Amino acid sequence: MARIIVVTSGKGGVGKTTTSAAISMGLAKRGHRTVVIDFDVGLRNLDLIMGCERRVVYDLVNVIHNEATLSQALIRDKRCDQLYILPASQTRDKDALTTEGVGRILEELSKDFKFIVCDSPAGIERGATLAMYFADDAFVVTNPEVSSVRDSDRMLGILSSKSRRAENGQEPIKEYLLLSRYSPDRVKLGEMLSVEDVQEILSLHLLGVIPESKSVLNASNSGTPVILDEQSDAGQAYIDIVARYLGENKPHRFIEEEKKGLFSKLFGGK
Amino acid sequence: MPTDVSSLKTVLEFKTSTLSVPVLHLSVNVLQQIELQLLEKIAQAPEFFKNSPVLIDLQKLTVQNLTISVAEIVGLLRKHGFLPVGIRGGNEAQSADALAMNLPVYAYHAQNTSQPAEQKPFKSFPEPEKEVATAANASSENKLVTQQVRSGQRVYAKGDLIITASVSAGAEIMAEGNIHIYGTLRGRALAGVLGNSESRIFCSDLQAELISIAGFYQLRDDLNYQSSHKPVQICLDNQTLIIKEI
Repeated sequence: MARIIVVTSGKGGVGKTTTSAAISMGLAKRGHRTVVIDFDVGLRNLDLIMGCERRVVYDLVNVIHNEATLSQALIRDKRCDQLYILPASQTRDKDALTTEGVGRILEELSKDFKFIVCDSPAGIERGATLAMYFADDAFVVTNPEVSSVRDSDRMLGILSSKSRRAENGQEPIKEYLLLSRYSPDRVKLGEMLSVEDVQEILSLHLLGVIPESKSVLNASNSGTPVILDEQSDAGQAYIDIVARYLGENKPHRFIEEEKKGLFSKLFGGK
Repeated sequence: MPTDVSSLKTVLEFKTSTLSVPVLHLSVNVLQQIELQLLEKIAQAPEFFKNSPVLIDLQKLTVQNLTISVAEIVGLLRKHGFLPVGIRGGNEAQSADALAMNLPVYAYHAQNTSQPAEQKPFKSFPEPEKEVATAANASSENKLVTQQVRSGQRVYAKGDLIITASVSAGAEIMAEGNIHIYGTLRGRALAGVLGNSESRIFCSDLQAELISIAGFYQLRDDLNYQSSHKPVQICLDNQTLIIKEI
């Protein structure tokens, strides 16, 4: 039985798709058969970040409407054969998604895959609520600023009340905090909320801090999940996050300013 | 059209609502005089009175033992564009006349008049019973919340509300009784929502957007209170919210 992970945030532009691409690639590279699904119907991006936009024939909506089979729509990643991508439709809108359709696809994928990563669109409307409805784990991506934190808080409320697990009275969705675009020197200047501030408001298990990094934009533009850039700080942060999610005990990094010179030596001062 | 009534979903519900309706107080029973002054009033604001609902108050006449024909005054008002919606304060005969014309008879909330007792039988709408949570009946209606109340969530307790976690900004918690929060209060907290001014709010750290007791509220900006991360209680004293450290 697969574990269904939703990557969500409420607010847009905080790094959901970057995170979905990175952790699905990370899990696949660790040998787990993984599929990543783009729920952002109408504004599909995941295929670009994954670098497979020229290989999209069928999409999620086609499968929901029985216009294509899952195996026709799934795209196998060229860099890692354990990873598959199910793209969103660009020509439809989110009303094309149905609970029954999504449920059927996830059930079918559960037979074949170990992890199913659902890349949620921004907002709290249909696409976002359907992406989280069937989830077992939620990665809540938050930027260290007040509006993102509040939107995440709102999303956490929805996760605890409007999921399949909540409706069936099962064990609630496991929620993890991923703090992205973190910049310790700006926190020091008081321009950004600190990890502690965010933790105090959200009281959530911190899975990892992803530093603000040029490597993310470069990776997106080249269609390579940033986790494959093992030299970059963001790539390493995601490697840690995947390891922690799989139960390894890794100390948190990128929270403090690089003061001892150790980090800058190791990571080339990026 | 579905004909099987049992298959229908609920198509209606009754709710109590308070409206403001102009009330016409009559102090003389001479129709000509009334019409004259009515026309003066209408001339001042013709649009305002056009199709305006109006409740006819006969209290002052009844006290003076004056009487007026309900049919005539209703006819007069309709002639000038009013829509009479009922009477109050009339004598028994007038009330009966009004009911005969399908006009509701409203109870009079009188302080010192001789009328209310005999008007009760004509009350066409029962007054909603005001629920005030007392200690005795509230105990079973108390609510305990152990998880953080997130932004956008609302919690309502018919008795006391006890929350053993924080209340996020953008969340709203309401109780007919007291509110206890064993965490940080960042959202809105409204205690005594049915008017119990004895109710209080307790919290471990007050950073609320809004606090209210029995309808008296204060916003964060008006609070004049800087969180000292210490437990506080809020109570109502002479229509003012008082914040005290515990």
